[in-house]
Amino acid sequence: MSRDEFPLTLPPDEADPAVSASGVSAPEGGEPQRHGLQDQAFLSALRTQMIKFAQLHLGDRHLAEDAVQEALAGAWSGAQRFGGRAAIKTWVFAILKNKVADLLRHKQRMVDASSLMKDDEEQAMSDLFDERGHWLQDSKPTAWHCPEASLEQQQFWAVLEVCLDGMPPAQARVFMMREFMGFESDEICSTVNVSSSNLFVLLHRARLRLRECLNQRWFAQAA
Amino acid sequence: MLKLNCEQATRMMSESQERKLGTTERTVLRMHTWICSGCRNFGGQLGFIRQAMKGFAAHADDGDDAAGGGGKRPPPGGV
Repeated sequence: MSRDEFPLTLPPDEADPAVSASGVSAPEGGEPQRHGLQDQAFLSALRTQMIKFAQLHLGDRHLAEDAVQEALAGAWSGAQRFGGRAAIKTWVFAILKNKVADLLRHKQRMVDASSLMKDDEEQAMSDLFDERGHWLQDSKPTAWHCPEASLEQQQFWAVLEVCLDGMPPAQARVFMMREFMGFESDEICSTVNVSSSNLFVLLHRARLRLRECLNQRWFAQAA
Repeated sequence: MLKLNCEQATRMMSESQERKLGTTERTVLRMHTWICSGCRNFGGQLGFIRQAMKGFAAHADDGDDAAGGGGKRPPPGGV
């Protein structure tokens, strides 16, 4: 299945009428307000989240802090254009995402890949499948009602974030490289040095977990 | 592997997002999802998850454009 078959659906900009109404360039008519990066509490929470993301992928605290610092510095100059915090956050993360992806692609540092699988080994799938590999009664996927409509709801993106945040690190790393940073499978294999069959196992588990989490925290709630 | 269990079937569906499945694989998978509603639902939801992650990343990339990248996409807004 090609990645490009899906229509692009943009999450809505939360509480950000200037951006929603007129695009990024013209926050006209808005009351002058401090942008999110000037709010210390918001900035510090954002920074913590960014460092967590960068460290997961780069495996090095200093490297992660440098990348985050650069991303924030780059973000600062344009921050006035974004009224809503959600918009600022996704934007700053986009800058960070690209920095991290560049570092991963161009530096042959990193990871000791065997640790990737080891992290994950313990976590069996026995809470989802029985010993014959069939769905357990409680975990058998039931239909989701109109999932596409969720993409229009700001709350859904918050839930998705919580679910991604709860992913075991080994799974999170490869899954985010694949689905967030847009690496191809073979690029991931060479970058983090895992075999493709190991990668497929990790992605399979990540997707099972993410599906389960979205089901519990979102789709089952709505039903 | 003529008959799949659900763990194998979901694994194969996940792999189909990474590589093209062979003819035999597609056939056994189709046989399984034909009789298994859980895996049928899983398959559809897997597609949705990729779509959602793409939206998540694309949303972020809009911001990237605003940061001075090429204007490859229209500005965010009219969802």
